Amino acid sequence: MSLSIIESCVSCWACEPVCPNDAISKGNAHFTIDPKKCTECEEAFADPQCATICPIEGAIRTAANEAFNPEGSLTGIPPEKMAAAMAEIQAR
Amino acid sequence: MELKVLDQEEIKVSESGGCAEGSCGSDNDQMAQLPESIREKVHNHPCYSEEAHHYFARMHVAVAPACNIQCHYCNRKYDCANESRPGVVSELLTPDQAVKKTMAVAANIPQMTVLGIAGPGDPLANPERTFDTFRQLSEKAPDIKLCVSTNGLALPDCVDELAKHNIDHVTITINTVDPKIGAKIYPWIFWNNRRIRGEKGAKILIEQQQKGLQMLIDRGILVKVNSVMIPGVNDEHLQEVSKVVKSKGAFLHNVMPLIAEAEHGTFFGVMGQRGPTADELQDLQDSCSGDMNMMRHCRQCRADAVGLLGEDRGSEFTLDKIEKMDIDYDAAMVKRAKIHDAIAEELNVKRSEKSDSVNSLSDVAEEGKSYRPVLMAVATSGGGIINQHFGHAREFLVYEASMDGVRFISHRKVEDLYCSGGDTCGDGETVLQGIIRILDGCKSVLCSKIGYEPWDELESAGIQPNGEHAMEPIEEAVFAVYKEMIENGQLEVEAEKLEKASA
Repeated sequence: MSLSIIESCVSCWACEPVCPNDAISKGNAHFTIDPKKCTECEEAFADPQCATICPIEGAIRTAANEAFNPEGSLTGIPPEKMAAAMAEIQAR
Repeated sequence: MELKVLDQEEIKVSESGGCAEGSCGSDNDQMAQLPESIREKVHNHPCYSEEAHHYFARMHVAVAPACNIQCHYCNRKYDCANESRPGVVSELLTPDQAVKKTMAVAANIPQMTVLGIAGPGDPLANPERTFDTFRQLSEKAPDIKLCVSTNGLALPDCVDELAKHNIDHVTITINTVDPKIGAKIYPWIFWNNRRIRGEKGAKILIEQQQKGLQMLIDRGILVKVNSVMIPGVNDEHLQEVSKVVKSKGAFLHNVMPLIAEAEHGTFFGVMGQRGPTADELQDLQDSCSGDMNMMRHCRQCRADAVGLLGEDRGSEFTLDKIEKMDIDYDAAMVKRAKIHDAIAEELNVKRSEKSDSVNSLSDVAEEGKSYRPVLMAVATSGGGIINQHFGHAREFLVYEASMDGVRFISHRKVEDLYCSGGDTCGDGETVLQGIIRILDGCKSVLCSKIGYEPWDELESAGIQPNGEHAMEPIEEAVFAVYKEMIENGQLEVEAEKLEKASA
């Protein structure tokens, strides 16, 4: 059981200090999670800490390789409401 | 939200201001309204004093990458050499590297008085890296002022530590005091190991900011408040923010325009949120200024900027370059002190000359008539004088001359070639056309020299080029040009009304 980080990671460092297991390090292209150390924060926290602070939708994957933070979950705007939100913002 | 009411003691301090010290003249120097104790702290701080920013330099060290909130105007992919805006850096430093770099810059640029930690994330979300840097610098380079800027979320937990390292300048970015508005700026915060979204998250952030502000004031630490002006979101509301932070004791409010170019990849940029126009920004700053000492000279610099505001000498101090430098800091401190004294002396002389020369319009103005205020642009490379060739200017400072005197309004940045053509802008505007556009509203541009071609184009755009005041102090020159305009009959209010009526 381990989370993983994919190439859409922007190397912002937010996850590194909040990992309780020191499982995260800066790789060449992006940050990576050591699967031997990662516990998905089970029992320690309600949510995995890296996925809770990560600002990039889709960058952190579950053990089943699904986006922990799917599209729209961090902007607060689901994909089907994107066009309407954009129109509202552009009218400002 | 609960607001602490000013107690009598505080009111007394702010009312007596600088006037009690006998230095509150008739000019409009923003610092003149401040108590002596604060002026002493900020007189050589380029980010806090408009006057100081012509002479003293600052630097930021990028030791703090992580952030604990998301702002819609920030893209966390911050590594870029070509962009100049907050949150962007070229290389991240360890605290040891940052200390070395700071001492190298201080030795080579003796005008550097201030070291700030401003990201690229939130300095207080990286407390170990931030405080390790401050701890070392307060021991090794005691003549450098230390400051920090923060989004405020972790501030209440850090105030004691900040006070310990003798950090007497803190900037808090406060964009709102209303969670409803906050939810439109901050989609989420990381708080107590959870992601808190929307209004609930914004409410916690606002409470932490206000609590942190109060704690800093209680400890006598100077606080400046930064606000990003976002049209249609918090623009009108920022007047309320100004009142609230002033009543708590912040001494300076810096309202900055939203930067939201689509190519920066921020949420606002991608969604097409516009930034304010120069007029909208100035109107808001003016309407806040009744309540609060406003800052207008901010350049919204990078989190690793080095040099005078408006310039960036960071490329002279990359890690490989400072590695080769041999710094004798004790000797550097002696030299720095001499140079700081010389600047202080020069400023004193200038201040006394200013009160003589910028006096009145009585020799040109006709009694009973009133004259329009005028905006003028100035090309300067520092030192408070007109000393830059028009074609070399990367930015122009805009001053307003009026019957009340001369005041600094804003800077207007010459857009980089790199951004002003190609696919994103598409209109194929030349650099000169771009400059004419950014100088919109200015009647004149004062510089040391200017070529024939730009001269003609500026003139036909209604902006009079003027190279007659090269090497003169800015405010005196602007005032002299204003007087000429009055003498030439260009500015009478009645005349303008007639023009409009016949148009």
